[in-house]
Amino acid sequence: METEVIQPRNKIHPHKFTLWVGIGSIVMMFAGLTSAYIVKRNQANWQTFEIPLAFWYSTVLILISSLTLQLSAKAFKERAMKNYRMLMLITLTLGVLFIVTQYFGFKSFWNAGMTIQANVSFSFLYVIVGLHALHVIGGVIALMAMSLKAFSTKKRNYSVVPIELICTYWHFVDVLWVYLLIFLVMIR
Amino acid sequence: MSTATLHETAHHEEHGGEHHEHHDTFITKYVFSQDHKTIAKQFLVTGIIWAIIGGFFSVIFRLQLGNPTATYPWLEDLLGHWAKGGKLQPEFYYALVTMHGTILVFFVLTAGLSGTFANFLIPLQIGARDMASPMLNMLSYWFFFLASIVMMSSLFVQTGPASGGWTIYPPLSALGDASSGSKIGMDLWLVSMALFVVSSLLGGLNYITTILNLRTKGMSMTRMPLTIWSLFFTAVLGVLSFPVLLSGAILLLFDRNLGTSFFLSDIVVAGKILPNEGGSAILFQHLFWFLGHPEVYIILLPAMGMSSEILSVNSRKPIFGYMAMVGSLFAITILAFLVWAHHMFVTGLNPFLGSVFVLLTLLIAVPSAIKVFNWLTTLWKGNIRFTPGMLFAIGFVSLFISGGLTGIFLGNSALDIHLHDTYFVIAHFHIVMGVASFFGMFAGVYHWYPKMFGRYLNNTLAYIHFWVTIVGAYLIFWPMHYEGLAGMPRRYYDFSNWESFKNFGGLNEFISIIALIVFAVQILFVINFFYSIWKGRKVTTLNPWEANTLEWTTPIRPGHGNWPGDIPEVHRWPYDYAKDGKDFIPQDVPVGADESKH
Repeated sequence: METEVIQPRNKIHPHKFTLWVGIGSIVMMFAGLTSAYIVKRNQANWQTFEIPLAFWYSTVLILISSLTLQLSAKAFKERAMKNYRMLMLITLTLGVLFIVTQYFGFKSFWNAGMTIQANVSFSFLYVIVGLHALHVIGGVIALMAMSLKAFSTKKRNYSVVPIELICTYWHFVDVLWVYLLIFLVMIR
Repeated sequence: MSTATLHETAHHEEHGGEHHEHHDTFITKYVFSQDHKTIAKQFLVTGIIWAIIGGFFSVIFRLQLGNPTATYPWLEDLLGHWAKGGKLQPEFYYALVTMHGTILVFFVLTAGLSGTFANFLIPLQIGARDMASPMLNMLSYWFFFLASIVMMSSLFVQTGPASGGWTIYPPLSALGDASSGSKIGMDLWLVSMALFVVSSLLGGLNYITTILNLRTKGMSMTRMPLTIWSLFFTAVLGVLSFPVLLSGAILLLFDRNLGTSFFLSDIVVAGKILPNEGGSAILFQHLFWFLGHPEVYIILLPAMGMSSEILSVNSRKPIFGYMAMVGSLFAITILAFLVWAHHMFVTGLNPFLGSVFVLLTLLIAVPSAIKVFNWLTTLWKGNIRFTPGMLFAIGFVSLFISGGLTGIFLGNSALDIHLHDTYFVIAHFHIVMGVASFFGMFAGVYHWYPKMFGRYLNNTLAYIHFWVTIVGAYLIFWPMHYEGLAGMPRRYYDFSNWESFKNFGGLNEFISIIALIVFAVQILFVINFFYSIWKGRKVTTLNPWEANTLEWTTPIRPGHGNWPGDIPEVHRWPYDYAKDGKDFIPQDVPVGADESKH
């Protein structure tokens, strides 16, 4: 992997490392919740459920967005700024659409009588998927900031650190989503 | 002195310039400061304020326990309807016990201890200008401040703060109608803790990154002082365990406010059956203790690390078994995640699972014993200087042994059936975690105060502080073992109603009187602390304790950026005391040609 920052001792950039430790921490939170889910599932009064269709659309959207963001980072490193801006905007749009499909997923789930209070299994779905969505919203805000910076003509900064940070985080929430989806489909 | 280093990392290019000309206003210098040393002092002062409040609460509920029939008119003036007729009301007794635990465990011994010394010592001892992200570091303090404000405000609501115990077990914490402290006070508790978790995560991320990425040239991992190792493992524990508490707290918030049933099932309140079904209160205990047990080591490890350093400096001897010390810290960190269910032996846990947790729990005795052995061998035949910091470090070792031994009793699931929720448990964890960590913290404050403020604390007051505190701590908690073995349960408001506990009235009164004296001496320390910031004897030499670590190569009052010139290069481990006829050789002194190996 090529980086522009001079790192004489060949060390990972501190901010990137901080992000990785932070990701470890987020993983622990979801590990706590999914463990609780597994424990609860083996006890009485557990209702199974089908994953709403909209969540599958979400999956497609976030997978494509990971790809476009990666391409956008590549364009940035090649100084193809026009492509970079466009791909960044596409990623942002896909991110927003992910949130929208999540909302519709929750809505159809709720309208089918599976409200947050109806059964503890549904409650878990709302909490786990909802917390993941919050993390995606955090990513969308970061993408917005990146896009604003990309389109403002004032200052040129060719540091690759910000784009690599957002790439790592976005791929992480993507992988986390795929994991959670598989988890909720397989274990119910 | 040291050879100049040309080593620059990307970080140093960003921040290295800050020691030149930096125009600080009062606000950026003392309030929204990004200097790790100022942030450390902010954590320390906030921690001290919390410690006074938390300690004062214990004095008030000790008044109740020491003499359950007495009334104190001044108490009503002070606490209003909490102490109607000068007598502490039962529901507020529980609130005080809960807040005492919450404040001391989280706000004082987590934020006040790690927050202070990780911030202060990490950059200074590894040779960095500041933390990896000074901005996140500043945010870490301000999230802690916000958490403090929210927790503080819960003391002033009509129904009082949370009162279900610091472990906030449901259903008491999940149902607003369960007790007066389960109302708004409990919501504020959860919000405050969520903010606190954010603060501790931001801090922890920074500590880990700084230690792994920003060490100066020559500072390999095996040349790091043990303080840094302990703060590193502390941060790892925090980053991996606090998120699990957060997930538990989120589920609890949902149960409280959105009608879910994660932790609630088949509950009847005042003859009315609640609609909640399918939840499990035990589930919460698993989530809580998955944080709760590592939390014990989050509190204890920094005290261990600082005591190791101070013992070595003031024995004028290298620390005994450096790698064994690092290895045992690592072992404790791993085991900390594997023993949480020993808090839950009496919840109906599968006995087989219980015996697994017994084994894992008792295993902790091995690294703990290694550490104790190494501390004692470090002291052995040392040229000991009894500075106040040193006395507190020795006190720490003493308390860690006394409190650790009773842990072996409690870790045994068969014995725990009898001892669970008695004063034996109170005695155990107060000595090994509470008082011992306080001693580590005091040792750190006395030892690094000259570096923090460029002045010394008053020694006479320090010796009074030490002797009264250590004697007092044993007088308070030693008799509690006896009460606990006799079956006296914790969290009871008044023991005089039971024939079997009536004869402990005298003992309880004795404990309360000692508690009052010990609290008074802590106030003496606080006075000494604040008085000395402005009026203490000035530090005139760079290295008053003749120590080897890098913080003593900075100016007496280091500015932002720590070293006015280049960061010193490190050539040796930090424990070259009494070597080749020299009393001490600092880390930045190059290795001589004829120097022997340590």
